[in-house]
Amino acid sequence: MSFPWANHYEPKHPLMQWVDQRLPLPRLVYNAVGAGYPVPRNINYWYNFGVLAGVALMIQIITGVVLAMHFSAHVTTAFDSVEHIMRNVNSGWMIRYMHMNGASFFFIVVYFHIFRGLYYGSYKAPREVVWMLGVVIFLLMMATAFMGYVLPWGQMSFWGAQVITSLFSAIPLVGETIRTWLVGGFAPDNATLTRFFSLHYLLPFVILGVVILKIWALHIPGSTNPTGVEVQGPQDTLPFHPYFTAKDFVGICVYLMLFAIFVFFMPNAMGHPDNYIPANPLSTPSHIVPEWYFWPFYAILRAFTINFLWIPAKLWGVIAMFASILLLFFLPWLDSSRVKSTAYRPMYKIWFWVLVVDVLILAYCGGAPAEEPYVRISQIAAAYYFAHFLIVLPILSFIEKPLPMPNSIAESVFAKAGHKDAAAAPAGAAAAPAE
Amino acid sequence: MVRFLGFGVGLVFVLVLLVAALLPRDDVPADPIKAIHEHPRSAHWQQDGPLGMGVFGTYDRAQLQRGFQVYKEVCSACHGLRLVAFRNLSEIGFSEAEVKALAKAKDVPSINSQTGEETTRPALPSDHFPSPFPNETAARAANNNALPPDLSLIVKARPNGKNYIHSLLTGYDETAPKGFDVPQGLHFNPYFHSVNIAMAKPLNEDQVTYADGTKATVDQMAMDVVAFLQWAAEPELEKRRQIGVASLIFLGILTLLAFLTYRRVWAGIAH
Ligand code: HEC
Repeated sequence: MSFPWANHYEPKHPLMQWVDQRLPLPRLVYNAVGAGYPVPRNINYWYNFGVLAGVALMIQIITGVVLAMHFSAHVTTAFDSVEHIMRNVNSGWMIRYMHMNGASFFFIVVYFHIFRGLYYGSYKAPREVVWMLGVVIFLLMMATAFMGYVLPWGQMSFWGAQVITSLFSAIPLVGETIRTWLVGGFAPDNATLTRFFSLHYLLPFVILGVVILKIWALHIPGSTNPTGVEVQGPQDTLPFHPYFTAKDFVGICVYLMLFAIFVFFMPNAMGHPDNYIPANPLSTPSHIVPEWYFWPFYAILRAFTINFLWIPAKLWGVIAMFASILLLFFLPWLDSSRVKSTAYRPMYKIWFWVLVVDVLILAYCGGAPAEEPYVRISQIAAAYYFAHFLIVLPILSFIEKPLPMPNSIAESVFAKAGHKDAAAAPAGAAAAPAE
Repeated sequence: MVRFLGFGVGLVFVLVLLVAALLPRDDVPADPIKAIHEHPRSAHWQQDGPLGMGVFGTYDRAQLQRGFQVYKEVCSACHGLRLVAFRNLSEIGFSEAEVKALAKAKDVPSINSQTGEETTRPALPSDHFPSPFPNETAARAANNNALPPDLSLIVKARPNGKNYIHSLLTGYDETAPKGFDVPQGLHFNPYFHSVNIAMAKPLNEDQVTYADGTKATVDQMAMDVVAFLQWAAEPELEKRRQIGVASLIFLGILTLLAFLTYRRVWAGIAH
């Protein structure tokens, strides 16, 4: 594709030649995830999470399609139809627990993937569009997961829908109208359930479409790598297949093991017990929380407790919550440091880890009741979150003095390999670069 | 441009948040209930297996049958089990004939096939457990305006479900602290979220007579009925763990092979 030294697809079998001339699909695959796509040879295991996100998406789509065959989208039957799946459908409990935990795992993987991108500067030129498409996927995932959680029509389904949709009523003047339009009534009811079901089935395929765009955009410059130095020639890369297919497969196996531990031994660990109580609009749970993967953003929403500048606290919270995600779109321009890898950014390295801890604190507070000390902690943590992206990063780009970087990927790799080989068997050191 | 705008927006958010963080808080009077409320005690559950990890644990069929007896003779007066069918009882060791007999002893709503009038008929194994009250109003009327929840999913519907329900059922003997008034018609139980529960103490010494000679202490009956209720909520538990162990063995071997393949493919390649 965009690397002149990439392997070329040359079908040997006459049948494959015949196909290639009429529908070059094998060629597309070869160039996308086959031997025709050169990848920086030094990428580490943190780079597995992109492929893992794809695996997670496929698991969700496959299990979801099967669940939809048995699910009944009506407020009087939704809860019982889920229990029907759990009790009477062959292996229904397995499919349902895979789908339930699969959503959590999808978010875990995507959070690792996002932070890997933050660490290695994957959002910087020339990959801005790759990053922005990623943010679009993240938003679509949140919408999909939120609507999916409503479908079993348990207590948290109902009250989560009630709380989240009521956020829209914070918009001045038209808010209440928008909310009524979104929900299809004055409170979540059958109209809400059926439209959420419809959209919950639709959005994963929209995500799939954006994933394809994202891979397309990624394949122009290729992946970043731990040195942050761009690929300069064939000595810097290895073909995706077999090198990274083999490496990704190890990651997929480990991922599936962890997934199996949750699905088979602790399937409800990441869920809320209240969702095993059928929805009851007349009985409010004492403590309404969204799913854990929304907790950091929920904490930001609730951190705004004062009316300020004629804007009510609730509206501040809503604006800030959306801003906390939307600001990621501007990250490529907020951070103007040209150094991609955090390994060569001594100051940013510290702030990066502060951000990681900060988001974990926000997550913890988002899951906790809205009491002291959690509210005050989330206010300080939310302040840092915004300061990190909007104030610290732009300033850092100017004052930070990066460490000396290697001239090329190959140089850094062979320097390291040279050391290792020199220690083990001095004579073999020269053999390594030959591949 | 983006940076200047972002800087401004960032300053505003930080300002609002820090002002809110620095404002003094109203004094929240300590909730007196919180001081009395107790967390569930951890019991030892046979179905959790060795170390309580729940990997190899299986249900004790005899215990499930005893638990079913407690449910049938005590709890079913007030609590439904609407997601469980009589036929499911064969999974806990009842024979086909026993299941038929257990079903037949209960009446379920039906329609007279001649006149079309509403009537009842003896239940079949395919019927679900009938609810003790025809509707919520009737249930509340009979229970001091409280609603006894359906128990089909109760173990999954409460945090730390097994231990919680066991503590609740055995927690009636603790006395309310001095000066704490238990409202009329409610009962003191420190494990209930409001410490005043509308359910009267359901289990008393020797309330049921176990056919297998097990002594029916309150604790024993509570353990048994909770085990039964866990089965009602998670009938797939044993199969789930079996498949889990098998898939972990499979995936473990696959991971090893994948790793060896990876080593082989990358042998001699610097990276
Ligand atoms: C006389 C009727 C009656 C009997 C018999 C009875 N219960 Fe209850 N139960 C109630 C009522 C009423 C409530 C609702 C209490 C409330 O909300 O204050 C309740 C609530 C419960 C709860 C829910 C507590 C919570 O956290 O909300 C559980 C669990 C429970 N009962 C288990 C049992 C078991 C097990 C038995 C049999 C050993 C049993 N009950 C027998 C009337 C009864």
